[in-house]
Amino acid sequence: MSLYGIKKAVLSREISCVEAADAFLRRIDALNPEIGAYLTVTRAQALDAARRSDDRIGAGRRDEIGHLEGIPIALKDNIATDGVRTTCASRMLDGYVPPYDATVVSMLKQAGAVLLGKLNMDEFSMGSSNFFSAFGPCRNPWDLSRTPGGSSGGPAAAVAARMAAGSLGTDTGGSVRQPASFCGVVGLRPTYGRVSRFGLIAFASSLDQIGPVARDVRDCAILLDAVAGYDPRDSTSMPTPVPDYLHSLGENPAGLRIGLPREYLDGGCDPEVAGAVRKAVETFAGLGCRVEEVSLPHHKHCVATYYLLASAEASTNLARYDGVRFGFRAPKTADFSEMYTRSRTEAFGPEVKRRIMLGTHTLSAGYRDEWYLKAQKVRTLIAREFAAAFRSVDLIAGPTSPAAAWRLADRTDDPLAMYLSDACTVPASLAGLPGISVPCGFTRDGLPIGLQLAGRQFDEETVFRAAFAYEQTARWNMTPPSLGHSTTKSAE
Amino acid sequence: MGYEAVIGLEIHAQLQTRTKLFCACPATFGAEPNTLTCPVCLGLPGALPVLNRRAVEFAIRAAGALGCTVHRESAFDRKSYFYPDLPKGYQITQYTRPLATGGGIETDMPDGVRSVPIRRIHIEEDAGRTVRGPAADRVLLDFNRAGTPLAEIVTEPAISSPAEAVACLKALRQILMYLEVCNGNMEEGSLRCEANVSVRPLGSTEHRPRTEIKNLNSFRFVERAMRIEIDRQVAVYEAGGAIEPRTMCYDENADSVRPTRPKEEAHDYRYVPEPDLQPLRLSDERIAEVAAEQPELPRARRARFETQYGLPRSAAEVLTAERPLADYFEDCVKLWLDPHAVAGWVMTDLLGGLGRDKVPVASCPVTPNNLVSLLKLIHKGEISHAMAREIFAEMYRSGSDAPTIVHEKGLAQVSDAAELRAVVEGIVDANPAQFDKYLAGNEKIIDFFMGELMKATMGRANPAVALEIIKRKLKK
Ligand SMILES: [Zn+2]
Repeated sequence: MSLYGIKKAVLSREISCVEAADAFLRRIDALNPEIGAYLTVTRAQALDAARRSDDRIGAGRRDEIGHLEGIPIALKDNIATDGVRTTCASRMLDGYVPPYDATVVSMLKQAGAVLLGKLNMDEFSMGSSNFFSAFGPCRNPWDLSRTPGGSSGGPAAAVAARMAAGSLGTDTGGSVRQPASFCGVVGLRPTYGRVSRFGLIAFASSLDQIGPVARDVRDCAILLDAVAGYDPRDSTSMPTPVPDYLHSLGENPAGLRIGLPREYLDGGCDPEVAGAVRKAVETFAGLGCRVEEVSLPHHKHCVATYYLLASAEASTNLARYDGVRFGFRAPKTADFSEMYTRSRTEAFGPEVKRRIMLGTHTLSAGYRDEWYLKAQKVRTLIAREFAAAFRSVDLIAGPTSPAAAWRLADRTDDPLAMYLSDACTVPASLAGLPGISVPCGFTRDGLPIGLQLAGRQFDEETVFRAAFAYEQTARWNMTPPSLGHSTTKSAE
Repeated sequence: MGYEAVIGLEIHAQLQTRTKLFCACPATFGAEPNTLTCPVCLGLPGALPVLNRRAVEFAIRAAGALGCTVHRESAFDRKSYFYPDLPKGYQITQYTRPLATGGGIETDMPDGVRSVPIRRIHIEEDAGRTVRGPAADRVLLDFNRAGTPLAEIVTEPAISSPAEAVACLKALRQILMYLEVCNGNMEEGSLRCEANVSVRPLGSTEHRPRTEIKNLNSFRFVERAMRIEIDRQVAVYEAGGAIEPRTMCYDENADSVRPTRPKEEAHDYRYVPEPDLQPLRLSDERIAEVAAEQPELPRARRARFETQYGLPRSAAEVLTAERPLADYFEDCVKLWLDPHAVAGWVMTDLLGGLGRDKVPVASCPVTPNNLVSLLKLIHKGEISHAMAREIFAEMYRSGSDAPTIVHEKGLAQVSDAAELRAVVEGIVDANPAQFDKYLAGNEKIIDFFMGELMKATMGRANPAVALEIIKRKLKK
């Protein structure tokens, strides 16, 4: 049942919120040992919240019933939850319990959502495979030998395996969209500044955004409705009015102009993926949209630009993990310097260390101008290039990922190959644009393929409208094959 | 060979806002350790800074008063280094685009006024405090100060002597206190000074390696530390050696300047724009608005005190040293148009008391109204000067006004002729020998009778009236 379906069912008291929560909790019990989507399950709190939701619905006072009343939702484990451990899938924060809720968490609670727990991810969101979790990888419900994508692998896998009605992930360079595409669900990266980052544990602050992951476009819109908006505690959140996203879905997409950048389907893209994307674009043409080829010549610089900037910011964002006030501290050290070095060496995983080193180097005297400042300039050029493209089109389409989900341990020894797999998602991140990934077919191996639609800043409405129309037309069956019977498991 | 010093100052002024720079925690000195903290100023994962507009306003005020150009757009950067009292592993500061540049600090030197040029003023957050714990292997941390707003004021290296540096620092402190943006307390670290020092042959314009001196938390230390460091550098050059640029620390107990451990030096701060904050944009109107609210500055006020009230330079300087004192003086003068009398009382009895008890003018127990009530009694001749000082002391102790004290203590001067005449008659009758001396032509004997009269009235007799009565009585 979709989130929207559950919403209707609990409001009409067809099922109780406690029944809904319990059903999901039982499913988590059954599947999580294999999939590893959850790092923490908050069973007692969830059932309590569900009981309170039942009371409110039972009392029937409309103004007290939230937009997500009784809906079981889960959160990526880099979103701070008051009293519930929040680890970023890192040994550094193993056992760390925040004393406050992220703004999105307060908003979800305010809306009546039932929070089921915290979801797996790449350590500190650094990775595209969920392999880099200190607590073991998360697996793809479509094929347990494969990656669910990353870094929001947990949020995508949990939704795909029906272990949550919806979830919140975070997207820095594609961390919501790529796992959504790998797991056959819908994931949206909102415009930078649309959703408050207060309480989102930073990877790269100028790129991080919290975004919904759900079974379909409508569920995604409902979730964004609940968490979007200006937050005085986040100076980079924007006071742009929040439209009613759910309402925008029904509008006819005819007349929309959709751009297909020729650079997106070039060389690096798997032919099966390219084919599925081309077909999806044809579907839009059939819906009365105007499809045209556009060019984004700076595309080839996006990945390098992204990794320079994101790592530079990460190197400062992660400086606070020094073993002094919270988190892991190496025992028995002689002085400050040894305490920092050993705490960080022992508690950070390999990918985090790699990026801290890259970022530190990028900002060092003598390199800062050549690397960091130059990357900043290229970022501006990329944003301008998109702005120019959006003068002639309303949306830019392309594959979410150049390939479908790879095998779990693949690419872990070849960071560059992993970085290049972000080629289609980092451009929208750098330009601060909203982007959605919707399922657009399968590979011969039966793995989901994602179509990405990027829109103008703060124009999530058009993104939703087009994605919804496509979804309604294409009608892919996105139910994963019976879980736990992966035929390819032995191939691992 | 003669040498001259080249000195630049970096002054950190704590902006006395109610709350911290990026969170709502109170920015108060002296609370229990770690009671004034929150996720933001503790640097907890996920917490984000929100700029305190009031701190910006204070910094603009200071920049305006120092004649700096306030920029319509400035920006925040992260300055990275590891230290346990730095919660985030970086300090939020302004590096590439500071709030203000240019301007100068008007400094009075024996040979005239000099404007020490300012390079930049920027806003940044303070760190916490590292405290050595009772156990030798433990360090304690207090984050109450973490995130307190600072304005850093950097002068050009254009100061040529320790005395000038101290005068410049004093002038700056006075201005900041006048603006009520900083309380100027160097002991509590509300105003901190670092200096970079180099020496070069007299008359040369070369740039020689400089050292940075930290821990200069009093005017005396500033002067001492610079003196020592200048002498050291000269000695090194004289011996044919070279100066290495490095960070030094003044040790007040040993009265010496020593290099900090080399480990703490070689910093590459890896500045990066602070992505959690928007650039700080200020409209011309806003900058002008803050400038318009500016109070009269110390130098201008001193000059006005000289011309408007006809006070000598030294008195004007004392009275304008602090804004509350100058305000106090002017409040009194508004009530009693005798600036000289007011100045006399304020500078001697009032400042004497406040200085002795270490009480700030703002909490002075004698209100302007009360001081003026005393001046009125003196003017009317109802009390003698000696009594006035006694009454003032009582006003200072009790906070009452002069008439109340006079009434309560029965201190009013006795001017009543009949009353005094009766006393004088008694004295003359009791001292026939002295009376005979007067009759023999000894005029000076009047002083004796006057003294006896004062003793009998406990000094309350109005001297003029008393003299008249004594003379009349003796002539009879
Ligand atoms: Zn705070």
